Amino acid sequence: MHIGLFVPCYVDQFYPDVAVATLELLESCGMQVEFPSAQTCCGQPMANTGCAEMAVPLAERFVEIFQPYDFVVCPSGSCTAMVVHHYDHLFSGEKRAAFEAVRDKTLELSQFLERYVPAEKLNFPSFPHRVGLHQSCHGLRELRIGACSERMVTGNDSVGELLERVPDLTRVTLKRADECCGFGGTFAVAEADVSVAMGLSRVADHAAADAEVIVAGDMSCLMHMQGLMRRDGSPLRVMHLAQLLCGRSIDINHDAKEQRR
Amino acid sequence: MDRYQSRRKGTTTMKSTVDHPTAAKPFVANQERMKWHDGALWFVREKRDRQAHSIPEWEYLRELASQTKAHTQANLAEYLEAFERQATAAGAVVHWAADAEEHNAIVLGLLQKNNVQRVVKSKSMLTEECHLNPYLEAQGIEVVDTDLGERIIQLRDEPPSHIVLPAIHLKKGDVGETFHEHLGTEKGASDPKYLTEAARQHLRDRFLNAQAGITGVNFAIAETGGVTVCTNEGNADLGASLPPLHIACMGIEKLIPRQADLGIFLRLLARSATGQPITTYSSHFLGPREGGQLHIVLVDNGRSSIRDRDEFREALNCIRCGACMNTCPVYRRSGGHSYASVVPGPIGSVLSPAADTEQHKSLPFACSLCGSCTDVCPVKIPLHHQLLAWRQEIGREGLLPVSKRMPMKAAAALFARPRLFAVAGWFGRFALRVLPHALTHNRLNTWAVARELPIAPKKSFRSWYRDQDRPANSLPIVTPDPESSPTKNR
Ligand code: SF4
Repeated sequence: MHIGLFVPCYVDQFYPDVAVATLELLESCGMQVEFPSAQTCCGQPMANTGCAEMAVPLAERFVEIFQPYDFVVCPSGSCTAMVVHHYDHLFSGEKRAAFEAVRDKTLELSQFLERYVPAEKLNFPSFPHRVGLHQSCHGLRELRIGACSERMVTGNDSVGELLERVPDLTRVTLKRADECCGFGGTFAVAEADVSVAMGLSRVADHAAADAEVIVAGDMSCLMHMQGLMRRDGSPLRVMHLAQLLCGRSIDINHDAKEQRR
Repeated sequence: MDRYQSRRKGTTTMKSTVDHPTAAKPFVANQERMKWHDGALWFVREKRDRQAHSIPEWEYLRELASQTKAHTQANLAEYLEAFERQATAAGAVVHWAADAEEHNAIVLGLLQKNNVQRVVKSKSMLTEECHLNPYLEAQGIEVVDTDLGERIIQLRDEPPSHIVLPAIHLKKGDVGETFHEHLGTEKGASDPKYLTEAARQHLRDRFLNAQAGITGVNFAIAETGGVTVCTNEGNADLGASLPPLHIACMGIEKLIPRQADLGIFLRLLARSATGQPITTYSSHFLGPREGGQLHIVLVDNGRSSIRDRDEFREALNCIRCGACMNTCPVYRRSGGHSYASVVPGPIGSVLSPAADTEQHKSLPFACSLCGSCTDVCPVKIPLHHQLLAWRQEIGREGLLPVSKRMPMKAAAALFARPRLFAVAGWFGRFALRVLPHALTHNRLNTWAVARELPIAPKKSFRSWYRDQDRPANSLPIVTPDPESSPTKNR
């Protein structure tokens, strides 16, 4: 299977190892992966700020770039949801068919692993730590990669199932299993006070559950929480799911030497 | 109407544009109260979860409710006429009001015709929406809200901060103070039992002396012409039964087709609102009581125009349970008053811009787009999608502030050029690494007021990738089995 790796713009710039880990993970499952370097951003910040028209050229480029692949895989629920659910009204006429083809083969990382990789190939290295799972909202409530607490349905839980396969990993139980961390893209800046308050209570929930590391499928939520924890000097760490599944060290996103405060 | 809007403290800002982040600031800053508010509402949300879990057909009920409402809206004119016919046949008088002003004038006319000086009121967000209280008070009529929460905020001269729990922003001590000042309870008293009893005694007096009762309507049934009012305190029953004149005020969206549909909504409403299996009192009114009068005022006040808009039509499904507020992580931490509108929270942020887009343009942005409201809503209103749709609408109408639009324009231009993006990224990361912390984390950088910026790596992913011999060599971390090929849909 020929996979086009869709790397969110901020991951490319600030968390390159998340993309490297995604690449390694997919290749270790026998996939042929390519990163088309013409990609930049899916246009989500514009669309979410009320400037959808500015996202149109980016969306069209996206479709063009990822057309040749069997699948498009992305280590972010939020960016995947943008393509799968919010490109819809940006395309009309001739360009529609190409868009629909790309949309139907675009998947979030855990979704792809769950659906297209045989279980016997999912052998992960040991991770002897206490893990708090932060369910990112867009993965949860737009892509439905897990069962959210509001709906009375038993859904799938692709991230949870992957974590279950990791030897020596302990999942901690949170008080609010799927509360938003308050990142929300430009919301984090436009509504900074509320965003920070939300983030702090999210972090506190993990700390109270005695987690060592907060793991999520979206680095953006983690970037926000990590920013708060660094400021507070919290001993908690953050890791992207792909990094954990690849067996990275718990300190991968938190180099103490580089820490400035 | 405008001159009445400014009569209440909390509503003085209502005509000017309200900026949610600014309005939220003091509420968020009071950490202790904010956390208490968050916890109190989360407690209700958890109660709701338990009750919803107790019904195996919960999701089916939601779907049924959503479709019933959609069907009603699609045939609204017919159902409204049927309702008028049946209600009239049962002895009620039906009035039609195009907007808040007409509604208020109708109510005042009825009260004046019957020489009413004292009114008791219960369960009506609609009269709050129309600012009926100050309007009647200006005419020398005494209006007493009889729901405990409503009464508390009425005494404090504040607007409600929640549609089901109007005084949820207040703690026991605040209520004690208010009652001490207005009802003469002991200073410093905060025992809920003592305070409730004081309110009860005070209200009993008002009930006995009232000459008319105004109530809201939770559901109006086209088939029978009956209206249903749900309360936990039984005060709507008292207000409608003691005085000879009962005026029921309702938005036209409160209609449901048949008596048989009512069960769906009653089961959903109380569970979603407070986590009770059913409200304590669900009172059904079909025509006036013996010797009395029943008037029903049907109010549009912008509802038809929402009905005409495809993106927002489903907002009229709302049964005002307040569940979206209880679940909203932004509402819980910013408080209802920060929305400066009669209906706050997710549904308020959809409805308010429909009434006045310019004035409420910041509300659709007071949302992290987590989607919890959409999944909690008993009538399946796609709330967070509607908030997103409002953002586009606000952009289209040219109401986006420059501070939102300009950075997006710059970013879009950058993202359209991958090479330039790579260079700009390099510069950004370089600057973050070499510049002193104080310079990158200054006050102008809103992100960094309370948060550290991420540690900037030397290399971006794209430059790492270029440096590799890609895509030829793979970097297996676990030993892959080159023989077996991945299978689809295992
Ligand atoms: S929008 Fe839905 S959840 Fe919110 S108050 Fe209305 S019915 Fe309840």
